[in-house]
Amino acid sequence: MPEKVLMKGNEAIAEGALLAGCSAYFGYPITPQSEIPAYMAKHMIPRHLTFVQAESEVAAINMVYGAAAAGARAMTSSSSPGVSLKQEGISYLCGADLPCVIVNVARSGPGLGGISPAQGDYFQSTRGGGHGDYYHIVLAPKDVQECADLTFEAFDLADKWRMPVMILADGLIGQMMEGVVLPAARDLASLPKKPWAVGHQGKTGRPFNHVSSINLVPDELEKSVNDRFERYKAIAESEVRSVSTNCDKADLILVGYGTSSRVAGGAMALAKAEGIELGLFRPKTLWPFPYAEIAELAAKGKKFLCVEMSMGQMVEDVILGVGSSGVSSDKAPVYFFGRLGGNIPNEDEVFAAAKDVLAGRAKPHRIGLVDRVPGLRRGLGR
Amino acid sequence: METATYKHPASLVPLQTKYCPGCGHGVIHRLITEVIDELGLQGSSVVLNPVGCSIWADLYFGTDSVQPAHGRTPAAATGIKRVLPDHLVVCYQGDGDLAAIGTAEIIHAANRGEKFTTIFVNNAIYGMTGGQMAPTTLVGQKATTAPLGRDPGDPGMGYPIRVCEMLATLEGTRYLARGSVDNAVNVRKTKQYIKKAFEAQMRGEGFTLVEILSPCPTNWSMKPVESVDWLVESMIPVFPLGEIKNILQTGGAAAAAAGAVAGGAK
Repeated sequence: MPEKVLMKGNEAIAEGALLAGCSAYFGYPITPQSEIPAYMAKHMIPRHLTFVQAESEVAAINMVYGAAAAGARAMTSSSSPGVSLKQEGISYLCGADLPCVIVNVARSGPGLGGISPAQGDYFQSTRGGGHGDYYHIVLAPKDVQECADLTFEAFDLADKWRMPVMILADGLIGQMMEGVVLPAARDLASLPKKPWAVGHQGKTGRPFNHVSSINLVPDELEKSVNDRFERYKAIAESEVRSVSTNCDKADLILVGYGTSSRVAGGAMALAKAEGIELGLFRPKTLWPFPYAEIAELAAKGKKFLCVEMSMGQMVEDVILGVGSSGVSSDKAPVYFFGRLGGNIPNEDEVFAAAKDVLAGRAKPHRIGLVDRVPGLRRGLGR
Repeated sequence: METATYKHPASLVPLQTKYCPGCGHGVIHRLITEVIDELGLQGSSVVLNPVGCSIWADLYFGTDSVQPAHGRTPAAATGIKRVLPDHLVVCYQGDGDLAAIGTAEIIHAANRGEKFTTIFVNNAIYGMTGGQMAPTTLVGQKATTAPLGRDPGDPGMGYPIRVCEMLATLEGTRYLARGSVDNAVNVRKTKQYIKKAFEAQMRGEGFTLVEILSPCPTNWSMKPVESVDWLVESMIPVFPLGEIKNILQTGGAAAAAAGAVAGGAK
């Protein structure tokens, strides 16, 4: 039986990266992810792997850009304000088709906000947070085991699709300790070849490689973005992951990722004790989002209650998923319950929100400020 | 007796450049590629072409290249050189890229003693965006964003930054030199500086940078010949030429070797 070790989520992310063959790490201190650079420094420097404490988040992501261009499995980690700073670099990485892993152990915002867990970075992570048309894969671990497993896998996905892969955790997942069975170390000789990377040209005599995102010819740039979107389509068809629990028996499905999904699971157990069946749908990939799975549930007439540590961001993807099913939002309404500012919803309040939905006391969620600003409602003639 | 044959450097792609008439980039590209050829490093070099006019450098350098974000050249080069420590890694940066938006990156790369070489082309102006004030613009020099001339007084435009002198205080720096491409003698001296820096890089000594004063007649609103005169009369007094810092382990021997190769131009 494999050995189970007790680790913090942040440490499991770092160890998962090392086991995957991460040979270049660049980071800058920020709470609540600072165990990651500390762990990497402790384990990489003695092994003569590349560890640099950068002068800024901006420098760190551009060091990743260079290391990835040279063919290394490269990673950086940060938390929300620092990930905002990295967005320019992420846009360049996507524009130059460079694989890497970016970890966001998210905290509350906007601005400096707080250092407690939050999920307000969902839009930034899943919509291409920098300039230009692009997406990248986003994985959302819910526990320490998944911190190790998803980070390990993120490097393979990044290489396979030649794009950055983001791990979107939060301060709770990063800071808590749980038992974890670590994956076996990747055989470095088995890593995919990177014929597009710079370096060692003289050994093979291949044509010179130019890693760049610039193209001033509109037709060519349009084509390269179109080609990338064809790749996104292939990713959406093959890499979506989600976990459904008790969705067959229940009429109301709780939807949450990461920390929220754990709380929703607790609410589900409370409901069960009172003889009420609730389902739980947990996206593991936030991009690509499991729209088809949501649509399938909507087609069965399920109701959805999204639980998030934000004002409501993932809920918009759930509404899009329901919309794509062709089922009217009356038949498959989507409700929302959120806490934020570093507050984590508790099981009791999520269960109470579910009971409100089941009793017809709740109003479905509307995208944007439609239901929150009276003037907007009048303007829309409602 | 050695025989010198005039030929096009193998590392310089035989293309007509997009640079303006009188621009210094062409000469500087040639010097870099001559040294790459002389050191036999064409197949193990990575050039970083920055944001600015020299973003086109990847068309002209017959080497692998990486194009980073504006100002982040030293950070990207850090990543590349750490992964490819046996390669020649060359940052090609202009004054806006290095001394304005990328100031933090160059200072910290220099301070860490990153073992790549920065070629810092100082033409005292933003070229590609069309003649805005640069951190190295001279006091009184006109720019589109300093139409009455750079004025450190009331308009608060500050002073030209002397990059070599600023970096010289950092312990990670091993070799900082300032050359110019205004005449044949200075071109040859500049090539020696580049060669010393590249050799030091390949010995793994520490951070090396060669600043090169270079004319930009288009954005200085001058004819090419006038621009060379202005460089000599106005820029060199503010940015003195020479080796600003040289604490290379084998500085003396390397200098003698470089001098011999360059035909003793001093």
